[in-house]
Amino acid sequence: MAVSEVATTSDTYTASVRRWPITRLLEDERWLSFVLLLPTLVLLSLFIAYPFVKGVELSVTDAKVGVPGNFVGMQNFAALLNDSIFRIAVWNTIVYTAVTTVFKLAFGLWLALLLNRNFKGKAFTRAFILLPFIIPTVLSTFAWKWMFDPTFSVINWTLFRLGLITSRINWLGDPNLALISVIIVNIWRGVPFYAISLLAGLQTINPELQDAAAIDGARPWQRFWYVTWPLLLPVTMVVVLFSVIQTFADFQLVYVLTGGGPANATQLFATYAYQIGVGTGLLSQGAAISLAMFPVLLVVVIVQLLYIRRVETL
Amino acid sequence: MARVEIRNLNKTFDGVHAVKDVNLDINDKEFVVLVGPSGCGKTTTLRMVAGLETISSGEVLIGDKVVNELPPMDRDIAMVFQNYALYPHMNVYDNMAFGLKMRRFGRAEIDARVRAAAEILGIQAQLQRKPRQLSGGQRQRVALGRAIVRHPKVFLFDEPLSNLDAKLRVQMRVEIKKIHARLGTTAIYVTHDQVEAMTLGDRVVVMKDGVVQQVGEPLELYNAPANRFVAGFIGSPAMNFATVTIAADADGFLWASNEGIHIKLPAEVAGRLRKHVGESVTLGIRPEDLRAATSSDATDLVVDVMVEVVEKLGSEILLDVKVGPSTMVAAVEPTVGAKVRDRLRLALNPDRLYFFDGASQAAI
Repeated sequence: MAVSEVATTSDTYTASVRRWPITRLLEDERWLSFVLLLPTLVLLSLFIAYPFVKGVELSVTDAKVGVPGNFVGMQNFAALLNDSIFRIAVWNTIVYTAVTTVFKLAFGLWLALLLNRNFKGKAFTRAFILLPFIIPTVLSTFAWKWMFDPTFSVINWTLFRLGLITSRINWLGDPNLALISVIIVNIWRGVPFYAISLLAGLQTINPELQDAAAIDGARPWQRFWYVTWPLLLPVTMVVVLFSVIQTFADFQLVYVLTGGGPANATQLFATYAYQIGVGTGLLSQGAAISLAMFPVLLVVVIVQLLYIRRVETL
Repeated sequence: MARVEIRNLNKTFDGVHAVKDVNLDINDKEFVVLVGPSGCGKTTTLRMVAGLETISSGEVLIGDKVVNELPPMDRDIAMVFQNYALYPHMNVYDNMAFGLKMRRFGRAEIDARVRAAAEILGIQAQLQRKPRQLSGGQRQRVALGRAIVRHPKVFLFDEPLSNLDAKLRVQMRVEIKKIHARLGTTAIYVTHDQVEAMTLGDRVVVMKDGVVQQVGEPLELYNAPANRFVAGFIGSPAMNFATVTIAADADGFLWASNEGIHIKLPAEVAGRLRKHVGESVTLGIRPEDLRAATSSDATDLVVDVMVEVVEKLGSEILLDVKVGPSTMVAAVEPTVGAKVRDRLRLALNPDRLYFFDGASQAAI
């Protein structure tokens, strides 16, 4: 309606003739939308698309630090297949991601259900729960490093005093325990994200449904299984999706705690890529390792997005 | 099928006394409506009967059995909620079947009951739909269906129609009444709408501030309100009130007067008011008991008013009038051609004058 008024009045017509060309251009929605999208486009290309393309480019060369390198095709990827450390890293990453995701989801859901109740100091507790998530990972991980220290470990001290152990446990030095230790820290750091996100999901569920189900004869766990859980599922899927991607590409936690050791027992995709690409200076191989994560994550994302769509249209 | 008894029921939330000593006997097959303004404790009372709210003190009996400690599922009740509370991820069929599945009914029995309820409610065609694909009225029917299939001892309704538009509300009100007549299940119905209360209830319980004000059949509440609150709450448009002083004249007649009113009380009313001579009391008169005075009306039972607003409803005209310092509403014949700022003389129906104690507000 406003458009037709502008077109029919001669005053505004002459005014529009005198406008700057750029103003006229922006009146066109196609141009306007392009201009509005531009900042996002620039940022995404600069920080996501360019590094990604550069990574792909590096992975098919034999570039090293200071050596531009030549095109070598899929050689770097072929080499990875025969790299035993790479295979360990792949396995570790899968174990690390799977185990932590299961525990983070379980604890996070449990916490969310508790926090969804009414109790004194609810707001404070909810804020407090977020602490592990808010503290910079490097700082909190250093604290954990001390707690895992064979000599000064507060965990060992407690277990010793409780009479549960007789000798010191070398948390980060033992290859089996090292992976368990980094998994524990990852769970500790990740639970708040799950708890708060799932709590937000729980709060969108109409509490009357719980009353209705109680009257319908559902016991507490049935109310959870038949009412709460199905309604929480879409949120859960999104949370798990984010978490899996983050965990799969996790770096700082392992880097600070063990640096991938002992003897590659905690080597993950990201730490190995860093070690080869930056530590050793074999940029092309590091890039290839990083890129090897990509198909796995792509599959995860596609599967989960399809699932979310299915759940949401139910 | 069961009686429901509520004995000295109390509820205190964080120091707020929400329900105070409520006593109520509900007969088998009876339809009782709890009505009152928001925060009067009616929903809390219902939720205590349902078992969704703990009982601070007192007893609830369903079918002569104290159910205070029983969880909702063991009370053999069904409830219809204000926001329908349908499970959004289940279709209509599963919503209605859920309570039966939880109670381990056989597949054939569930199917028979769900289809029977769907037929009663006219929602056979929607059984495979999800709640969000339904209109408000259809959702409410599903919520009713979920209650019906269970064949419970008692139906509990928590403002089930308040989310529907006015027309649909009237329609669903009639349907609820029909369903109750057909099934004969004892029902407790909570609403803040006095019209709903009057039309649905065999008996109506008026509550205010957690206290039961009056229990009675609809017309009993209308004709003989126990106090000023009930008088003002029941009836639409609401009863008019004016503060008047009672005085006796030399002949022994009683007069009620203030700046705008000076009426002689009929003998029957005067008898009740004799001990209030010299006191300030509240006069109540319903809009429908005021009419345009004619020359044959006695001059001692009329009031002179000025018309402020005219609402033409068709079957009647509502006049907002100024009577001395106060305003009143009169429902008069549509033939009365009153206009704004007209001066008018209204006659009061002598048989329908109400008086309430100035202090206690109880009916005199």
